[in-house]
Amino acid sequence: MGDAEITASSWRLVEVGRIVLISKGPSEGKLATIVEIIDHKRALVDGPSTDTKTACPRQAVALQNVILTPLVLEKLPRGARTGVVKAQWEKAGIEAKWQESSWAKKRQQRERRRALTDFDRFKVMRLKKQARFEIRKSLSKVKAAK
Amino acid sequence: MSAVLEATRPAAQTKTFGKSTREVPHHSQKAKKWYPAEDEAQPKKVRKSIRVSTPRPSLVPGTVLILLAGRFRGKRVILLKNLDQGVLLVTGPFKINGVPLRRVNARYVIATSHKVDLAGVDSKKVEEVGSEKYFAAEKGEKKKGEEAFFKQGEKAEKKKPSSSRAADQKAVDKALLATIKKEPMLISYLASTFSLRKGDRPHEMVW
Repeated sequence: MGDAEITASSWRLVEVGRIVLISKGPSEGKLATIVEIIDHKRALVDGPSTDTKTACPRQAVALQNVILTPLVLEKLPRGARTGVVKAQWEKAGIEAKWQESSWAKKRQQRERRRALTDFDRFKVMRLKKQARFEIRKSLSKVKAAK
Repeated sequence: MSAVLEATRPAAQTKTFGKSTREVPHHSQKAKKWYPAEDEAQPKKVRKSIRVSTPRPSLVPGTVLILLAGRFRGKRVILLKNLDQGVLLVTGPFKINGVPLRRVNARYVIATSHKVDLAGVDSKKVEEVGSEKYFAAEKGEKKKGEEAFFKQGEKAEKKKPSSSRAADQKAVDKALLATIKKEPMLISYLASTFSLRKGDRPHEMVW
């Protein structure tokens, strides 16, 4: 028998300090960190973000209504109060990291596109067409040169 | 009701019979000798009344509308005026998308949030076009009898737009076209037609 290679899985875990995006309920779309795991279905979360758009009040949420993000507050003690969470949150720069992620950007874009008026949608369509045309043109030039 | 009848009732006559005189009612006032065997049908009275219509707040003159029904469905047009009874006066402008000065039902229209400035548009002309008689069909004489019968086989002469209508169209559209040209992409927007794409949810869309 050969040696079995054992490595830790790279799954996102429900763990204290894990940053989650709330996907359902009154705090939908808010960012929070898990402070304590209540049971196999629920966790206590707290989102002390300074931006009101992502700030989430301390509450118990069902894990079913939450999406785990790759971000983690590594050294958050279990059951920490808001002050401690906030200090760590700011130190880790969670907000900036979240805003930079393509996930957040995509969400923002989707929200913006949804708010477009009919005329704006038409403009987007035209501009996309123009961009596509330019790309095709330069691509065909490159192909012809070969 | 009876007071009215009293006034219109024909006068009774006084007649002399021998020595005495007596008042004889008019023959129409005498009791009938017979009753109708069946009740006469009374036509129902219409209890509806024409109420003043208030247009939706989004239907402000100058708004770009999307027509949903009729020959020009899908076209994006400009609202000129709110007429009575939920009717709207719109124009294409004709030169851009082929929609003439036209009345449409406000129910079959989506109002977008884009507005075109109507300043410079001849309001008198719009008023004239919006009047009731403007779109009334002309009463032409109909050919009767044999002649009309034999004419059926032949193709009727094609209706031509009247030159006065065309002139009105130009007069109204002139100022509009000037303002439309100022905004980029607006011309092609008005020229394009609207249709739902895959995954479009019109009730959730922002117009």
